[in-house]
Amino acid sequence: MDLHEFQGKALFASLAVPVPEGHLATTPEEAATAAEQLGGKVVVKAQVQVGGRGKAGGIKIADDHHQARQMASEILGMDIKGHTVHRLWVERATDIAAEYYASFTLDRGAKKHLAIVSAKGGMDIEAVAADSPEDVVRLHIDPMMGLTDWQARRLVYDAKLDTAAARPLAATLQKLYRAFVDLDCDLVEVNPLVVTAEGGVIALDSKVTIDSNALYRHPEFAGFSEAFVVDPIEAMAKERHLNFIKLDGTVGVMANGAGLAMATLDVVDLVGGAAANFLDVGGGAKAETITDAMEVLMQDPAVGAVLINIFGGIVRCDLVAEGIVTALSSLELPWPLVVRLDGTNAAEGRKVLADFDHELVISVDTMRQGAEKAVELAGAR
Amino acid sequence: MPILVDNNTRLLVQGLTGREGGFHAGRNREYGTNVVAGVTPGKGGENVDGVPVFDTIADAVAATEANAAMTFVPPAFAADAILEAAAGGIELIVCITEGIPAQDEAKVYNYLRQTTDAVLVGPNCPGVLSPGKANVGIMPTTVARPGSVGVVSRSGTLTYQAVYELTSLGLGQSTCVGIGGDPVPGSSFVDILAMFQDDPETQAIAMIGEIGGDAEEQAALFIEEHVTKPVVAYIAGFTAPTGKKMGHAGAIISGSQGTAIAKKEALEAVGVQVAVYPSEIGELVSAALGG
Repeated sequence: MDLHEFQGKALFASLAVPVPEGHLATTPEEAATAAEQLGGKVVVKAQVQVGGRGKAGGIKIADDHHQARQMASEILGMDIKGHTVHRLWVERATDIAAEYYASFTLDRGAKKHLAIVSAKGGMDIEAVAADSPEDVVRLHIDPMMGLTDWQARRLVYDAKLDTAAARPLAATLQKLYRAFVDLDCDLVEVNPLVVTAEGGVIALDSKVTIDSNALYRHPEFAGFSEAFVVDPIEAMAKERHLNFIKLDGTVGVMANGAGLAMATLDVVDLVGGAAANFLDVGGGAKAETITDAMEVLMQDPAVGAVLINIFGGIVRCDLVAEGIVTALSSLELPWPLVVRLDGTNAAEGRKVLADFDHELVISVDTMRQGAEKAVELAGAR
Repeated sequence: MPILVDNNTRLLVQGLTGREGGFHAGRNREYGTNVVAGVTPGKGGENVDGVPVFDTIADAVAATEANAAMTFVPPAFAADAILEAAAGGIELIVCITEGIPAQDEAKVYNYLRQTTDAVLVGPNCPGVLSPGKANVGIMPTTVARPGSVGVVSRSGTLTYQAVYELTSLGLGQSTCVGIGGDPVPGSSFVDILAMFQDDPETQAIAMIGEIGGDAEEQAALFIEEHVTKPVVAYIAGFTAPTGKKMGHAGAIISGSQGTAIAKKEALEAVGVQVAVYPSEIGELVSAALGG
């Protein structure tokens, strides 16, 4: 779960990571009020989950609340790389002396936590890493030990950050690492991490990704998802507890198992088509799950045909076929349904479908045949 | 000799008294796995179809000499269950539980590696099946046959598909290992490849990878240095969009890392044949064995 800047900063503040004081605004009036409360210069920042907001004109500095109102009216409603701006974060402007980069994440290869720090902040860190890798300092942290004080100091010195601010910088890195661990984050990134003209340290941005497996132990995150823009079809799928992702193609896909579902998307692509979605109907592939899934796919006007790809393991294909028949008893199919059943009791399953004899249900023997048929039918509409 | 589980496996089930745990433990028993104990705190003294239940791993091991554990404990308690099993001297821990926080997995992984000899398979995996000998987990057994192909996979259903294709071609399996789709699996491809390389019964290896992380790239480096047996691979997720979780918590591409194409190229560079369609895995293994 990727958080907005304002959400990440609220979490930082709760763990004493220094952040500029600010307020959320959804109208120019609210932005003006926020600026008035803060007093002096403020920064008006578009809250969209995409990089390059500044370059796109989504971040502006206002001298007073009148100007803040004007800027807010310009930024609200703006489209930044396909994301419409609905929210602004209005915060006190910071007098910047130096801009750094800092992040904590999990290095899956090393199975350790990884700190990345650079003196070249405020820009695209991947570009910095490509152009001058010596400017990007990496350090592994044993999850059993956590970030030790000497490691935090070493990051500051190795990355050649301002040594006059070494103490507050190391302390801030420690707090960010605590946030990363205690809040069950997949990623905590601050770019830029700033040393102010007064010698203080402040997190001027936040990019925080929460591990959705850990939501159960963080009731404080409950309201966060309300601020996310969700595709209406994905929202419907989520309500039905379906493991669904909307894609741009015309072939609707249902498979049992995430790996098989991913492989199905690939095979549809290999035979010249494009999948409309990723959908793992789970090991059981029950009638009600299939009904739910088909109703979700019916919301997508781009879908021209649907491929059900089932490999029967513990779940028997004849039971899946019966599930499909049951689902179709209460649904009117708007598109052809190509069904590939393989594995346990596949022959019996295919017989169930043959006996059902529905003009829009086409039974195939292999995944490739199924993909070819579905792509052909989706294109023929 | 298969790897990880066989006729000497004495299985303890954490969560035997739960619905899933009880169901699959029953299936594993029917297959011939020696299920010796269950552990559910607070239910010591009970039994499930004659299998005694204990309050703690220590009690269960003392009474039954269990040497392997299968974990069906809910995600909030699973990391602790793994640690308890390791502390109790269990040699092999197969964790089926899906949805364990990544921070817990990272701690458990590092603890097990640094302070114990326990081997963890999973979490979020379908388990380990040595056809004809023992099944520990939730894999279907009807499509598997005893033989000499080692199968290792990050995906469940794709594993069953590969096993089915192999069996259809008359190729049995030494052991099928589902290492799971999470960011920090207890055993990676490299760990299992090393076991298959050392296993005299295994003559060829099929590995099924997917997008995310660099486990396949690490496997390629290991294969080049240490694996003399033929290896065939399949990678899922060539068309997966970046930044989206494709069902498995580990199957997420970030930036240019973890792409299917990078994995395919890394494996092909060291002589591993990579199937384009999942159904080709069996044919490629058959060809590699001179069949």
